[in-house]
Amino acid sequence: MRSRLLIGVPMTTTTFSHYDEMIDGQGQVRPAYAGYREWYDAQDPRWMMKQGKQAESFFRRTGITFNVYGEDAGQERLIPFDMVPRIVTADEWKKLSVGIEQRVRAINAFLHDLYHKREIVKAGKFPERLLKGNEAFLPQMVGFTPPGEVYTHIVGIDLVRTGPDEFMVLEDNARTPSGVSYMLENRETMMAMFPELFTKVQVQPVSDYPRALARSLAACAPPAANGHRPVVAVLTPGIYNSAYFEHAFLADQMGAELVEGGDLRVVDGRVCMRTTRGWQAIDVLYRRVDDNFLDPLTFNPSSMLGVAGIMDVYRAGGITIANAPGTGIADDKAIYSFMPEIVEFYTGEKPILKNVPTWRCAEADSLAYVLDHLPELVVKEVHGSGGYGMLIGPTSSKAEIAAFEKKLRARPENYIAQPTLSLSTVPIFTKAGLAPRHVDLRPFVLVSPNGINITPGGLTRVALKKGSLVVNSSQGGGTKDSWVLAE
Amino acid sequence: MLGRSAWGLFWMFRYLERAENTARMLDAGFRMALTRGLSAASDEWRSVLITLGLEDDFAATGLDFTGHIITNFVLRSPENADSVLAMMENARTNARMVRTAITREVWEATNESWMILKEVLARPVREADLGEALDTIRRQTMLVRGAMEGTMLRNDIYNFAYMGTHIERADNTARILDVKYHVLLPSLAWVGSRLDNAQWEMVLRSVSGERAFRWMNAGALDPKGIAEFLILDGRFPRSLAFCYDKLAGNMASLAYGYGEATPSHELLRQANARLQQTGIAQIFEFGLHEFITQFINTNRQIADAIAADYRFTE
Repeated sequence: MRSRLLIGVPMTTTTFSHYDEMIDGQGQVRPAYAGYREWYDAQDPRWMMKQGKQAESFFRRTGITFNVYGEDAGQERLIPFDMVPRIVTADEWKKLSVGIEQRVRAINAFLHDLYHKREIVKAGKFPERLLKGNEAFLPQMVGFTPPGEVYTHIVGIDLVRTGPDEFMVLEDNARTPSGVSYMLENRETMMAMFPELFTKVQVQPVSDYPRALARSLAACAPPAANGHRPVVAVLTPGIYNSAYFEHAFLADQMGAELVEGGDLRVVDGRVCMRTTRGWQAIDVLYRRVDDNFLDPLTFNPSSMLGVAGIMDVYRAGGITIANAPGTGIADDKAIYSFMPEIVEFYTGEKPILKNVPTWRCAEADSLAYVLDHLPELVVKEVHGSGGYGMLIGPTSSKAEIAAFEKKLRARPENYIAQPTLSLSTVPIFTKAGLAPRHVDLRPFVLVSPNGINITPGGLTRVALKKGSLVVNSSQGGGTKDSWVLAE
Repeated sequence: MLGRSAWGLFWMFRYLERAENTARMLDAGFRMALTRGLSAASDEWRSVLITLGLEDDFAATGLDFTGHIITNFVLRSPENADSVLAMMENARTNARMVRTAITREVWEATNESWMILKEVLARPVREADLGEALDTIRRQTMLVRGAMEGTMLRNDIYNFAYMGTHIERADNTARILDVKYHVLLPSLAWVGSRLDNAQWEMVLRSVSGERAFRWMNAGALDPKGIAEFLILDGRFPRSLAFCYDKLAGNMASLAYGYGEATPSHELLRQANARLQQTGIAQIFEFGLHEFITQFINTNRQIADAIAADYRFTE
């Protein structure tokens, strides 16, 4: 999974008042957790502890690991798993889904528009300059419409919760969102550990995801599939990729082939895989390699991970690539702050899901505000990632702020600023009992010509250290099973 | 299925088979050391190294020629690219690569085997723990095979896995027999003579065949009889005849499923016919060493032909 910070500020829970998803202001258990708490209070903590250890050996045995780059070659790590589920009610979920669906529709319409007529630019709602020199925007896609007009077959929307009905979008993942295997395996693990819990509390299942994904991909078959049952394959960079487990898992669950660049070649105008019986054409390729590595003839010429000539086949209708090349422009940091305008422009409605308020320092008014409020804000580089080159106002010294101010004034267009948010907490299991920790949520969304499918739940990442906002798995972050209660 | 998957499965099962057979050979050497003293054991260790093709590699390390050092070299030395540990790691890497072709049970058995053996072989194995370590290797590889038997669809995937198993096993049995004959019978004139029973029992023990042989040849233990048993007795699961009979079955099933036979089928048919039509007397007339050398070469050719016919690589 891509590593990152929730907002980049390690702060203590006492500094800010925040929304706890289990306990309300009066110390009462909220309805979402009522059934779970009743069950939990009847359990022996020592037994719970033992189950937790079992979960770890289960993960090791099944090989649910991620590889760590730069450490011992081939070393595999577990992402810590917390056995207290993160729970939302059916009602809360329904409202949230409507917002997610609205946003995902807008993203697809936005992508189509960017690569065709650019109405949004003509309407003055989006500055064309953001496309210039932006590597995520692919000129090769201009004027081309992917099969079924779908750009983002699979989307992960990263959300944080700030109140009872308030979820904010932290980030859209429109390229190759990962983590869905954890959503599925976490549920399997929970059901194996606490079967009786699931008879007590009715939870909407997530296990349909692989079938839904297979159906969704098949519905986007290219013209060359000619109405036959489409051949779907998952393209992985290989067994040393950090998300290889997930690639294999999804291919296995979908009944699709798991292919590498070395298995593929263009034969007679189709992208084919080398089978024991010869070259077989692939109709839909769910690729888990980045745009840049997809086709050495079009993009990075030294790439061994992709297929030479696949872009030509794609443009000629010989294959569907999911997600479509060039979708990355929609989740670019520079674009993020325009999402409210984008949603409104394409849906004609006010955005249901809020963005984290963002000041674009390129704009004079915003810059003035940001310069006035530096001690309260988080200022990020537009193209930066991993928390480098950013200012965390509340935890910085006067000297640090002054130094950063200079950089900001020199290149304001390179920065955006956001307030520090008070994020929700949910309970985790500790030796001392349940304890609140900050979380985010990544629901997984499938898009096909037949509609939008949102799996009830998603991946909850949790900052296991007290007060921390870092959900990054290499820095003490873990995952949880995410429940949407049945209606 | 992908050619690369067929390749991965074929070799995954070759690695597992080789790891298991290596454990058997070490077990025979270990027993020899316990029952027959140092010099007999030293012959046994030498034959283990020759059989595994590790004689030069071991000599290059400059290590002392003792049972403890040799077993650890064969089992786990980082200087030995063909150690049992490396073999298990290769098998597991291949299993990860073909994860979508195997059932969860087969994958977990393989993954768990690797985790357990990595632990067992994390430090040099003391003599007191060697028996248990060797047992663990055999037990774990059998678990993988059991998971295969119990959960895998009988299709091309299954056939490629077992083709790897039987090619490797035939090769291993042939090598054991060849080397033992060289070590135990310095001259052909010795064939037919009654030798030290314990030595011959080691040959059988290396292929877990002592009980079966005793059962069918009550009391008798002669070189010719043992050679016949290991080469021609189709009832014994590690004999050349058995391996080729099974290999032919797997390949016939593959040809049936694919609707066509390939050049490797013809190669196997010829080799199998030779095996079936040759008696033990003819083999000795021709020369056992020559016969086995030819067998091992043909076996390799068949493996190469399978790889080419089924597009293991580009």
